[in-house]
Amino acid sequence: MLNLLWLIPVLPLAGFLLLALCGGRLSRHQIAWVGCGSVGTAAVTTGLVAADFLRTFPDQEAYRQTLWNWIDTSGMTVGISWYLDALSLLMVAVITGVGFLIHLYSAEYMAHDDGYARFFAYMNLFVSAMLTLVLADNLLLLYLGWEGVGLCSYLLIGFWYREPEYGTAAQKAFIVTRIGDTAFAIGLFILFTQLTSLSIQEVQSRAVEAWPVGSNLAMIVAVLFLIGAVGKSAQLPLQVWLPDAMAGPTPVSALIHAATMVTAGVYLIARMHHLFALAPMVQEMIAVLGLVTLLLAASSALVQRDIKRVLAYSTMSQIGYMFLALGVGAWSAALFHFLTHSCFKALLFLAAGSVIHSLHHEQDIFKMGGLRKQLPWTFWTFLIGAAAMSGVPLITSGFYSKDWILWSVWASPLSHQWIWFGAVFGAMLTGLYSFRLIFRVFFGEVRTTPTGESGWAMRGPLVVLAFLATTIGFLEMPHTLGHVTLFSDYLSHALPTTDLLPDIDEGSEGREQLAVTVAALLGIGLAALLFLPGSLLATRWADQSTDHPSMTLLQGGWGFDRLYDRLFVRPWFTLTRRPHDMLDRGYEWLAVCAESCHGWMSLTQTGHVRWYAATIAVGTLMLLGLFAL
Amino acid sequence: MSLWLLILIPILAAPFAWMAQQQSRSAPRWIALGALSVDGLVALLLGTGEHATQASGHGAWLVESSISWIPRWGISLHLGLDGLSLILIVLTVLVGVVATMASWTEIQNRVGLFHCNVLLALGGVIGVFLAIDLFLFFFFWELMLVPMYLLIVIWGHAQRRHASFKFFLFTQAGSLVLLVAIVALALLHQQATGHPSFDYADLMDLTLSTEMARWLMLAFLIGFLVKLPAPPFHTWLPDTYAEAPTGATIILAGILAKTGAYGLLRFTIPMFPEAMHEFTPIAMGLGVVGILYAAVLACAQTDIKRLVAYSSISHMGFILLGAFAGTELALQGVVMQMVAHGLSTGGLFLVAGALEERYQTREMSHMGGLWAVTPRLATMALVFACASLGLPGMANFIGEFLILFGSYATQPIMIILASLGMVMAAIYSLGMMQRTFFGRQQDTRSVQDLSNVVFGTVLLIAALQICLGLYPRVVLSTAQPVMNQLVQAAASSPTMPHPLSESLLSSHLTTSQGSTP
Repeated sequence: MLNLLWLIPVLPLAGFLLLALCGGRLSRHQIAWVGCGSVGTAAVTTGLVAADFLRTFPDQEAYRQTLWNWIDTSGMTVGISWYLDALSLLMVAVITGVGFLIHLYSAEYMAHDDGYARFFAYMNLFVSAMLTLVLADNLLLLYLGWEGVGLCSYLLIGFWYREPEYGTAAQKAFIVTRIGDTAFAIGLFILFTQLTSLSIQEVQSRAVEAWPVGSNLAMIVAVLFLIGAVGKSAQLPLQVWLPDAMAGPTPVSALIHAATMVTAGVYLIARMHHLFALAPMVQEMIAVLGLVTLLLAASSALVQRDIKRVLAYSTMSQIGYMFLALGVGAWSAALFHFLTHSCFKALLFLAAGSVIHSLHHEQDIFKMGGLRKQLPWTFWTFLIGAAAMSGVPLITSGFYSKDWILWSVWASPLSHQWIWFGAVFGAMLTGLYSFRLIFRVFFGEVRTTPTGESGWAMRGPLVVLAFLATTIGFLEMPHTLGHVTLFSDYLSHALPTTDLLPDIDEGSEGREQLAVTVAALLGIGLAALLFLPGSLLATRWADQSTDHPSMTLLQGGWGFDRLYDRLFVRPWFTLTRRPHDMLDRGYEWLAVCAESCHGWMSLTQTGHVRWYAATIAVGTLMLLGLFAL
Repeated sequence: MSLWLLILIPILAAPFAWMAQQQSRSAPRWIALGALSVDGLVALLLGTGEHATQASGHGAWLVESSISWIPRWGISLHLGLDGLSLILIVLTVLVGVVATMASWTEIQNRVGLFHCNVLLALGGVIGVFLAIDLFLFFFFWELMLVPMYLLIVIWGHAQRRHASFKFFLFTQAGSLVLLVAIVALALLHQQATGHPSFDYADLMDLTLSTEMARWLMLAFLIGFLVKLPAPPFHTWLPDTYAEAPTGATIILAGILAKTGAYGLLRFTIPMFPEAMHEFTPIAMGLGVVGILYAAVLACAQTDIKRLVAYSSISHMGFILLGAFAGTELALQGVVMQMVAHGLSTGGLFLVAGALEERYQTREMSHMGGLWAVTPRLATMALVFACASLGLPGMANFIGEFLILFGSYATQPIMIILASLGMVMAAIYSLGMMQRTFFGRQQDTRSVQDLSNVVFGTVLLIAALQICLGLYPRVVLSTAQPVMNQLVQAAASSPTMPHPLSESLLSSHLTTSQGSTP
């Protein structure tokens, strides 16, 4: 069954081709079947492959399959080859599993859209590209998937192409991530020039041998890869595209801008962990970037009015936690948070989509309220998602993953105390903004009347994801609580285990956990105080205007958009304002010269014999004079 | 003799195409298509059939043919086909077919003469790719020029006279410099051996003084850079591409530009390796300037054809970069880029031409929201825009990345600068899509989408782009022996310092001793 591996990315690709080439001739029903079916069969194939892979797993850590040699010339050998190990299997399972649920959901959510076939074509292409990204055996194929998901993201953000603003958002997303991609590509050039290989495994083992820890080349390459990862994962300083990317349909936000694509950066860093281990300073940078992003994004999420923008900022913030974990060397913890995050964030987006769907595309949370009674399914699933995101202790998956990250930050030798405090403060903010949403949307008076709960195709995925968002955390529990290590054991075959400080004592883990729990609950409690309709503070808060400069700053994501507008966008538009080619001026001048010379010369052609005779005489005299001298 | 067939089929078909106009309007089109298809078949048969490999001095030609012409001056009708010329001839035929299809509805006036000129120009181009006698090469070099000029000046758009003049003056000036250098080479050969020769192999053996080699290299380079084009010789291109009829634009961008690149690979690099090496930083710098300068200007354009024209200049900058980098990988990338660029620019100009034909304007501000109106055209535009922005999985990506991978060791800083072109390519390609096919619809006239036949042609080109992007070995393995020889020739030249290959090799040696996990 393992040799069916190639089918996993190819099935969605086939779905894409079918929909792209004859989507116009299929009925809506058929389109939905092709669109969901291709991803569904990919998920089933993943199951078969996984079963086979896990049977021999600890003995055989990886499986490689080459379809054909992509480039094989002049010292460069790159194959279309897949590489399956614990890490990529995890990614594939999430992409196909969550991907299938989101496709199923979209079948109903997008049912009345004109571009039904186009939508599923793009979605299938995205899944295929994302699977290529995580299954790639070499960096060039990874780059193919990397750019492929970027293209699909662009196409799906601008899916409703008639709105010019959506087009702008789509272009912004592509161009900003392209800046990161270019850095990534330069990293590839250096890596290949130095180590003459692009195979992920080979290039890292060569790097480990050729470069000492902290060597310049390792640092440069790691920084370039980090820029690529930061662009894709919407971390500082390339995070500006993600909030605008919410222009796309909500299932797109769930799949691409929450569950899968934006975590590609996390995957890249985890995949290249040998390389990053050679550059400790860069790792520290990752941790700091993650921390800063998670705090900035969390504070921005607090004040957004658009339900999807709240979730977008929360995604940035949660990926910030993953980066933080990667930065302190807690590779498995980062991946665990990726797993739980993709469940609860997809759930939150889909539930938000359900709200938006029933409110005739109303996205402003100040126009929502009291939906608890009308949309019970949506309410309860949303509540589970929000609880998981805030890390409600013991019963949610988010608690276990976030706790693991924070414990690693506390106990890792690569970390600092202040990073931990920042991250715990972030956990409090997470509770605050998550439950702000809950209280605003589902409590209080009804401001917009919903059309009612949606059908089973939308409810089903919500329930499944809500179940996962609760239970998937039990795969890994700290030893103060149950001590389950299924996940870390599994991933230890692909990623190194986290180093902890030698003098860390067992008792401090319990205390640390308590602090995290208190922070999360404090956030939720604060949210209840501030935003639960009826509470004293909430009424006072509601009167306060949102025009306060600090609020605008937060709402605009700390003014990065304006800064970049000044620094890059406006100079660029000034540069490209005039379509004229400066270099052409020179040639034009030449032409003008020739023309005026021609004019002067023709002036001498007067037609008067006297004039000609006179000039001949003068000329002869001058020549004679010259000879005489 | 069979090589002559390749050149003569289109040239002999040309007058028939002209005369066939009296029968019906579509007869010349069918004759052109037929001649090109037969030509393509012959080329493929020659390329894949009996490999009559004859080692002749500096080149192992797959097929070679030589007839004495003017022995007193050492001029012969000497043709040779190798992997490089085979690829380019097949590309020429393909682009020719696309150009014919693109003109199917656009050209209604003097159809016979149009196709006669197209066939003559293509015959000239094929001659350029085959001739290995420099006199003969120059003959074909000029032969392709005159019909192109006529195509622009007769069937072009409003500013056609200005554009055709500019085109003719620039290319003619370039040719003149080239001619002087060719004659000088022949005379130098006479000085050295007592009899003049224009033969490629003879002239390759000629040892030149450093000073002389420098000047001649410069002359050859200028001749080819005008055609490529690279700044500062590129300004004829946007005017010409914009004003020429779509079919002619496709030929100009798809193959005529490649003759310049071909000249660099075939003549400049192997003939003057030392002088080339000295000139490398400047030439690569020109390449980078071309990539960035043209990309910035492409972003500034409002006229869709001029946008594609500038993007075309930007892509050709990569060719200059790779040709001078001197590694086999970069040269392989150059060959791939030539093919990929021919396909992608051909496709983009077809789209631009189709839009112009439908809306009688090239201004993108008058378009917008056309996705719903012309979905086929829009989808194809998207595919070629992706190719143009270097999306992996497309042939352009292979070309650009092989060039960048291959050149990084030579000039790291320049390659980093050139990579910025990737960001700009995204800006202008997506900007083009946004302004034409997305957004609000400006012009609500109802227009026809692409007809089945034209759509089929474009689909074929798009499919080729993707096939070559995923399976580039078809091109790479054909070109590999030729590029290998080029690198060998450059490396074997005595005074040539070659630190690059050594450093690559040594780094490989130090690292390959280790084992993989």
